[in-house]
Amino acid sequence: MDLASAQVIGAGLAAIGVGAAAAGVGAVFGNFLQGALRNPAAADGQFPRLIFGFAAAELLGLMAFAVAMIILYAR
Amino acid sequence: MAVESKIDPMQQFQIHPIFGELGPNNPFAFTNSSLWMLVLLALITGFMILGMRRELVPGRWQAAAESLVGALDSMVVTSIGPKGRSYLPWVFTSFIFILFANFVGSMPFAIVPGAHPFTVTSQFTVTGSMSIISFLIVLGVGFWKHGLHFLSLFWPKGMPVGLKLLIAPIEFISFMVRPFSLGLRPFIAMFAGHILLDVFGNFIVQGLNAGGGGYVVSILCFLFVTFINALELLVGAIQAYVFALLTSMYINDAVNLH
Repeated sequence: MDLASAQVIGAGLAAIGVGAAAAGVGAVFGNFLQGALRNPAAADGQFPRLIFGFAAAELLGLMAFAVAMIILYAR
Repeated sequence: MAVESKIDPMQQFQIHPIFGELGPNNPFAFTNSSLWMLVLLALITGFMILGMRRELVPGRWQAAAESLVGALDSMVVTSIGPKGRSYLPWVFTSFIFILFANFVGSMPFAIVPGAHPFTVTSQFTVTGSMSIISFLIVLGVGFWKHGLHFLSLFWPKGMPVGLKLLIAPIEFISFMVRPFSLGLRPFIAMFAGHILLDVFGNFIVQGLNAGGGGYVVSILCFLFVTFINALELLVGAIQAYVFALLTSMYINDAVNLH
């Protein structure tokens, strides 16, 4: 296998992590919505925590994307 | 280039000098990045001047500026406490800079030939520098307020000593990774979004050139690009908010020491 095709395959494998982070972000917002529907009065006060959880989950997907880009464009 | 196609999504991130030449004798030149930072400065200054006319009945500009400042102010006060209002200038500056950079970078200026908007935040040097400033503020405030007692940030309370020895290096690593992750987030969000826009924008043109079934592909891609552009605006606002929120949370660590 030459380097170019190995790079593309590796980048594709690294991009799986982005999908995993999508599941994480979905869990964050889904659980927030569950809690918010049970107690709507308290939901607005938890918005910063929601965004913090979103940021923490999203960062790992972004890391996977960065790794994929590094693999794809490394020489 | 690893991808053998005509689409080059990285070309939009290239920095090239507008005046002068970059060279070994002249490391500083006025680049397109500098140009768009000046545009951002003009826009933000204009926005704030329009918003700070202190009318008795606020107009729409004043309402926009006041609600932005108010939202950031309440965020800083809830996460740091009443003393945290003194850190509002940096938090608000970073927020509004990232917000305007993300929004201006998504604007369709390219319908004027030759006028390509440059997303300043799509370069890690810019967001990385901003996150290093945040990190230095945290370090400075922590050591200035608490002295060497600031290091107790890495020494959790209420645990057996064996567990503390395990937790302390992890806390230290997670503290040292902060400037990296803080700067990486707005950078990658803009970088990935603009690559997606560029690739699908190229699909529109290639579909039009192919004719026949390519027209269907073009229309679908056009709808997709419109949707992605709207998503870019949302992501840009969220990333600016996340940067401000995380900065104030990190400053909270330094001010209140857990």
